[in-house]
Amino acid sequence: MNKFSVNLTINDIPVTVPEGTTILEAAKKLDFRIPTLCYHEDLCVAGNCRVCVVEQVGAKALVAACATPVAEGMCIHTNSATVRTARKTIIQLLLSEHNADCTKCYKNGNCELQNLAHEYRVGEHVFIDLINERRLTIDDLSPSIIKDDSKCIRCQRCVRTCHDIQGVSALAVAYKGDHQKISTFLDHPLVEVVCTNCGQCINRCPVGALVEKTNIEEVWDAINDPTKHVVVQTAPAVRVAIGEELGYDPGERLTGKMVTALRRLGFNSVLDTDFTADLTILEEGTELLTRLKKVLVDKDETVALPMTTSCSPGWVKFIEHTFPEFLPNVSTCKSPQQMFGALAKTYYATKKGLKAQDVCVVSIMPCTAKKYEANRPEMRSSGYKDVDYVLTTRELGTMIKQAGINFRNLEESHYDSLMGDSTGAGVIFGATGGVMEAALRTVYEIVTGREVPFKNLNILPVRGIEGVREATIKIEGCQPEWGFLEGVEVSCAVAHSLANAKKLMEAVKAGLVNYHFIEIMACPGGCLGGGGQPIPTSAEIRNKRSQAIYNEDAGLPLRKSHDNPEVKILYEEFLGAPNSHKAHTLLHTHYTPRKRY
Amino acid sequence: MEIENTRPKRVDFIFNKEGIDPLKVVEKTIQRNPDDIILDMIDSGLKGRGGAGFPTGLKWKFTKNEDSPVKYVICNADEGEPGTFKDREILDQVPEKVFSGLSICGYTVGAREGFIYLRGEYNFLLKSLNEKLKRFNDGLKKMGLDFTIQMRSGSGAYICGEESALFESMEGYRGEPRNKPPYPTVAGYLGKPTAINNVETLVYACMICQFGPEKFREIGTRDSRGSKVFSVSGDTPKAGIHELELGMTVQQFVEEFGDGDTKAVQVGGASGGCVPRKNFKDTIIGYEGIPTGGSMMLFNSSRSMYNVLHDYLEFFTEESCGQCTPCRVGCQQLLKGIEAVKRGERPPAYLEDLKKLAATMKLSAKCGLGQSVANPFVSIVNNFREEIIY
Repeated sequence: MNKFSVNLTINDIPVTVPEGTTILEAAKKLDFRIPTLCYHEDLCVAGNCRVCVVEQVGAKALVAACATPVAEGMCIHTNSATVRTARKTIIQLLLSEHNADCTKCYKNGNCELQNLAHEYRVGEHVFIDLINERRLTIDDLSPSIIKDDSKCIRCQRCVRTCHDIQGVSALAVAYKGDHQKISTFLDHPLVEVVCTNCGQCINRCPVGALVEKTNIEEVWDAINDPTKHVVVQTAPAVRVAIGEELGYDPGERLTGKMVTALRRLGFNSVLDTDFTADLTILEEGTELLTRLKKVLVDKDETVALPMTTSCSPGWVKFIEHTFPEFLPNVSTCKSPQQMFGALAKTYYATKKGLKAQDVCVVSIMPCTAKKYEANRPEMRSSGYKDVDYVLTTRELGTMIKQAGINFRNLEESHYDSLMGDSTGAGVIFGATGGVMEAALRTVYEIVTGREVPFKNLNILPVRGIEGVREATIKIEGCQPEWGFLEGVEVSCAVAHSLANAKKLMEAVKAGLVNYHFIEIMACPGGCLGGGGQPIPTSAEIRNKRSQAIYNEDAGLPLRKSHDNPEVKILYEEFLGAPNSHKAHTLLHTHYTPRKRY
Repeated sequence: MEIENTRPKRVDFIFNKEGIDPLKVVEKTIQRNPDDIILDMIDSGLKGRGGAGFPTGLKWKFTKNEDSPVKYVICNADEGEPGTFKDREILDQVPEKVFSGLSICGYTVGAREGFIYLRGEYNFLLKSLNEKLKRFNDGLKKMGLDFTIQMRSGSGAYICGEESALFESMEGYRGEPRNKPPYPTVAGYLGKPTAINNVETLVYACMICQFGPEKFREIGTRDSRGSKVFSVSGDTPKAGIHELELGMTVQQFVEEFGDGDTKAVQVGGASGGCVPRKNFKDTIIGYEGIPTGGSMMLFNSSRSMYNVLHDYLEFFTEESCGQCTPCRVGCQQLLKGIEAVKRGERPPAYLEDLKKLAATMKLSAKCGLGQSVANPFVSIVNNFREEIIY
């Protein structure tokens, strides 16, 4: 479509923008900020909060800046007396149905409605308080997400996130008029419906209606318990985002300072999930090669291909609900978080001379679904709950602030030894395509004895922001024992965000595509855009975090999982070989088909 | 203003079955050029009879001018406005005229499919409508017109009478109004150009094609051509449906339909305005005065205008779709506000705050529902302030 230029004035200043631009975007170009609540740049336009109304000269009513395209000759006023009165009234209306007990709210200090109330100095509440008269419930049964309807301002960002980005639709609008609310299937709690616990709704909720279930107090208690040896593991995507909680711009790499901060918080040992990310590659890579052998050589028809990754707990729950017939295709590998937990209470405990029950495992994750994953009944292969507590990146930020640590002035330090070593391959787990790239770096080398044929090991075809990406690698010059793979073109696909995953799986189901290996991450951008990451989120912010992750990888001396020295020792001393019986007991799991509602 | 008639002049177009065969009207009309049909519609001065009063000819022209291989025409029979019951009678008595108007509209704009979106509460009409529709569709086929009409049933939400919410409902989604622009003539049902017209409008369109625009234009006033079907209810000995020439004053209307003790007339249903006795003489029923979708509710001095307003606000509080803030919360605040004033929990001056709120709702709500709640609120509070407070 041809884009024509449109001339208009905003607050009497002329501006020329392409056809199809909204008034909101045109105003931004002139550095006029128009307040918004239901608008989010990741989502389709709703135009329902009406906070962004502006005056269009000649129109009989105000228009929503987010939803109205510019037109030639338009005269817009964003701050006229009429606009200010309407906007302030709308904010007051929202406050009258909002549980505005800000000091008790988890989102106090990071709330878009609170900011607007402050900006417009709403003062005394003019309107009648509607909140007490409602039967509004708090759903806190999920281990990941708390939904508090008394805080909800019905902007429907969560509904659009759940439907458009994730294709899940656990949250939807129900009822009408004064009874209208955001609800689930038959008002069931989130833990009983198709919710994948991904937390993308939390990332986009402008208020405190959707927040993570926090475990900060439990973690402080564990740290303060002298009988406990508390180890902490940090996921790859946390180190490139924690800064946003502490006043840094997005995309700052703060691994060393974060490690020092964790030590100052009182953890007995500061370790890295990247270690078990490397381990995952060896387990999952071996599983893939075993499946390929069974299919290509043994002609075993019971073996399912394509194999999909299993690191993302949002994806795992999604496939359990939505494509249960594909559960045999999911790698049996536990996620790096759970592998870490299982090893911390066996291998680590033995080496350190500790009893498993005295080791408390805390994970810092960019994810809310990890909280659910840690609570799965099958995640107890050490004999104890493998991971005791999961904190989001946001919760870690809160703990650092509570401890009064001046983060900026911290010295950098290294992870502790024994399960603290990592490679660049483990780091890129935090970005979409990262697991695929790490797996290819290792699998290709196992099979051929040579490095992957990409410059600087950077497998660019699997990187990027497109929702679904494909890559093919032709295997040539195999080692003798892998001769059956000679000339095979290994076909891979990568998808991020569950709506894209759904599209990809539907194509697989329909037989339209043939892959050997599929990586799926539940969140947009992969873990770096996870539901436990700092708020706000946007494509720009996620892109900066992604750059930081790949820079971290590029700067590390070791960049292939099988080169991780501590992983080698782990196999020699404890597990034997990848996919050994012991590895299966501790590091692999199974899945449960679930209903679709 | 050319108001010469001393009393409301009754006319008999809509329900008159003499001298008109709806199918024949289609057959005759489709021999003509669509542009000529549009010119006739514009020339007749026909404006939408659902209440908003958009010129029908222009609506058809805009839809026709859209460059799209697929277009739709829809008859809005989601008659939900409190006090309006004319469309039900039209669909019961002369449905073929509605089909005829819709078919002509479809031919004119270049649509191959038409739909009648019937209010959920009118489903008792569905069986007989479908039977008559089958015969009509067969007739269209026989004359070689590539156009069929289907029925669609609502589920009882008032908001689905709002055209874009109606499309959402037809598409299987929650009935919530869309952002405008784009308007239905550009992107309506399934995102395609759509001409959506009220039941009564389509009957008049059929009549104009049969008898010519002059016949229609010769009655009424300059701004309000032709006649209109009124749903008369309340304190009146003549409750029911009456087709009247447009352009009378409320006074003239009350002289005909009142019970001698009329203190107020609510014109246009719950979302319309309330005219108090002192304004009867100066208020013209029509687009130059107070427009109406046809609902005329008469109240005599035994009625409490507080109760009237309270009922309207309860209705809107329940029937708001709930998506936009001004309407969802505003309706509740207006309702709870007058209750609080009545109980003495808020001072009478609080009504001024509520009027400002109503003004904001009119300016900032997403659709016509939220914008029009101010009409009854402000007109009743301004004219019957004592009844609201004491």
